[in-house]
Amino acid sequence: MKKRTFLASAAAAAALIAANPALAQDPVKVGFIYVGPIGDGGWTYEHDQARLAVEEHFGDQVETIYQESVPEGADAERALTQMALQGADLIFTTSFGYMDPTINVAAKFPDVKFEHATGYKTADNVGVYSARFYEGRAVQGHIAGKLTQSNKVGYIASFPIPEVIRGINSAYIHAKKANPDVEFAIVWAYTWFDPAKEADAAKALIEQGADVILQHTDSTAPQAAAAEAGNVYTFGQASDMAEYAPMPRVSSIIDNWAPYYIDRVQAVIDGTWTSDNTWDGIGPGMVKIGEISDAVPAEVKAEAEALRDSIAAGEYHPFTGPLKKQDGSDWLAEGETADDGTLAGMNFYVEGITGEIPN
Amino acid sequence: MIRLEKRPTPSRVWAWATPVVAVLATMVAGGIMFAALGKNPVEAIRTIFWDPILGEYAFYYRGQLLVKAGPLILIAVGLSLGFRAGIWNIGAEGQYIIGAICGAAVGLALYPLEARWLVFPLMIAAGALGGLLWAMIPGVLKTRFNTNEILVSLLLVYVAEQILAWMALGPLRNPDGSGFPGSRNLRQYEAAANNELIAGSGMHWGVVAALIAVIFAYILLSRHLMGFHIRLAGQSPRAARFAGVNPERLILFCLGISGALAGLAGLFEVAGPAGQISIDFNTGYGFTAIIVAFLGRLHPIGILLAGLLMALTYIGGEAAQATMGLPAAAIQAFQGMLLFFLLGFDVLTSFRVRLGREAHA
Repeated sequence: MKKRTFLASAAAAAALIAANPALAQDPVKVGFIYVGPIGDGGWTYEHDQARLAVEEHFGDQVETIYQESVPEGADAERALTQMALQGADLIFTTSFGYMDPTINVAAKFPDVKFEHATGYKTADNVGVYSARFYEGRAVQGHIAGKLTQSNKVGYIASFPIPEVIRGINSAYIHAKKANPDVEFAIVWAYTWFDPAKEADAAKALIEQGADVILQHTDSTAPQAAAAEAGNVYTFGQASDMAEYAPMPRVSSIIDNWAPYYIDRVQAVIDGTWTSDNTWDGIGPGMVKIGEISDAVPAEVKAEAEALRDSIAAGEYHPFTGPLKKQDGSDWLAEGETADDGTLAGMNFYVEGITGEIPN
Repeated sequence: MIRLEKRPTPSRVWAWATPVVAVLATMVAGGIMFAALGKNPVEAIRTIFWDPILGEYAFYYRGQLLVKAGPLILIAVGLSLGFRAGIWNIGAEGQYIIGAICGAAVGLALYPLEARWLVFPLMIAAGALGGLLWAMIPGVLKTRFNTNEILVSLLLVYVAEQILAWMALGPLRNPDGSGFPGSRNLRQYEAAANNELIAGSGMHWGVVAALIAVIFAYILLSRHLMGFHIRLAGQSPRAARFAGVNPERLILFCLGISGALAGLAGLFEVAGPAGQISIDFNTGYGFTAIIVAFLGRLHPIGILLAGLLMALTYIGGEAAQATMGLPAAAIQAFQGMLLFFLLGFDVLTSFRVRLGREAHA
């Protein structure tokens, strides 16, 4: 097939260009594709911090390159091909929407390793990784349930994909445990990063009476909107967003990619890299809970930290039965915990959440 | 003292020279910006304008230029017809989305039928029809109720985006995608795929369609009565009426053609480079095409060149990001400068620069 010949020649060219690092003592070239700008203060910012950590850890052994604000789709495929052609040995594609482009480009460059964040398609040279953010959501939900006076928690969701739905469910379950009267109002922003839209969503939720705002979008705009409204609590998303502490930001879920990235780069240097499927949480340190501020009562803080520690130690799973689905059907029996397969493809709300998942 | 004096007739020389001058000015001003960012300006300009065509990896980039320029040219050619006649379709982005949805829906409905001779042409027809019908909304509203087509077509872009999200999450979602949004990948469905015609060339049916559109628009404008009417309506609406131009027909024709071409661009994109209907499938081709149309002086050949130039700034800009660490915002500012200088130097087409005092009669 003609396509094959192109693939082969492109791959051969890439192999020539990416002269074997072991032989030439060239630095290992590591590429990063970001969905937002590195200054978003959230998701992309943390990936870029991890890139810098890789540079610091390996020094002259590595060279990193990145491209920010890459649209998910055809443009991502070009950005990836470009990096592979320029001799990248390992490329991290850091958003769900890069899944098919990553798989497509990986097929053309069998000698280049790819790591795709939050997806589910793997290949011999494509590994996937994600963090168990829902563990952090459990701690967040607990604090939110305790803090709310209006019993209304606003949630700015991004896209209705399993990762986001998992976060909503986990936060809701633990808010409900802390406060049986709590209700969730969920707004779908259909964006990962759009400060104007996120601010609008936050304002709308506050106007509807929400006094705690949780977000699954990447900018600090909801924090700013809450600060302006006053007496509204928020949590940093993906990054600590400590500049909004102690109020409105009372805690945060921090993505800590650096250890994983360093580990994978080391594997490429050693020649031991194989395709993997990593899903780590608070225990291994991929998810961190940001400092719980003084705006939170001391006893709530202590409870939240205890919850965090029990999750980290593997003593408690945020999805432990008895739990029912939104439609009232049984999901988990008493003491039963959710399996990773169900969690990975989660497309239902748990009982008590009002509204429907958009479809 | 410098002053501007209106030319009796617009200068033909300047009409074609301003895009070139604008590009040169963009290089200079952009170079200063890159230098201020601490990057070597010469290297940056070379990476953007030279490397994609003649650099080390040009064998890959040249094809990508066509991939990027194809939809821009296809949409811009359609828009230029309306713009010449004073009919402002600003909503090509929406027509692009709807065309992609309709075309993809037909392909997905026939999955896994293997008859490419049937599936692909049907998808093309559905794509064009979808874009056309979406553009008919502002068209009919304008001819019936005299609404403003600029506003209606623009606002329909946001409606189309919502429909796109709904389609990606609902009716067109991949049933084998474990609940994740996005349709099946059409590129992996042989009968529906708009793959490269010659491997590595970037040449897919959308690029072919763009070239055909350029030729047809050229003939239409220079040889055909409709083209004469379009030009006349733009230059002198009153004269056009005396010449027997039916303004309503002209509005529907121009919006219909531009909508159909935008829809086609969407279809070729979704079946080819993008591969699937996803929530953020559209990346602004419909809006960028407006810039391309004006950069190309609303002339089919000009648009062909402008589309390639615009594609070059995208491809080269991305390369500069990856190789030189330039921020994405700097590349966008660079593209903005291009439009800014173009509009700025456009003054020279209609005005003459005079030094010295105004001569009083």
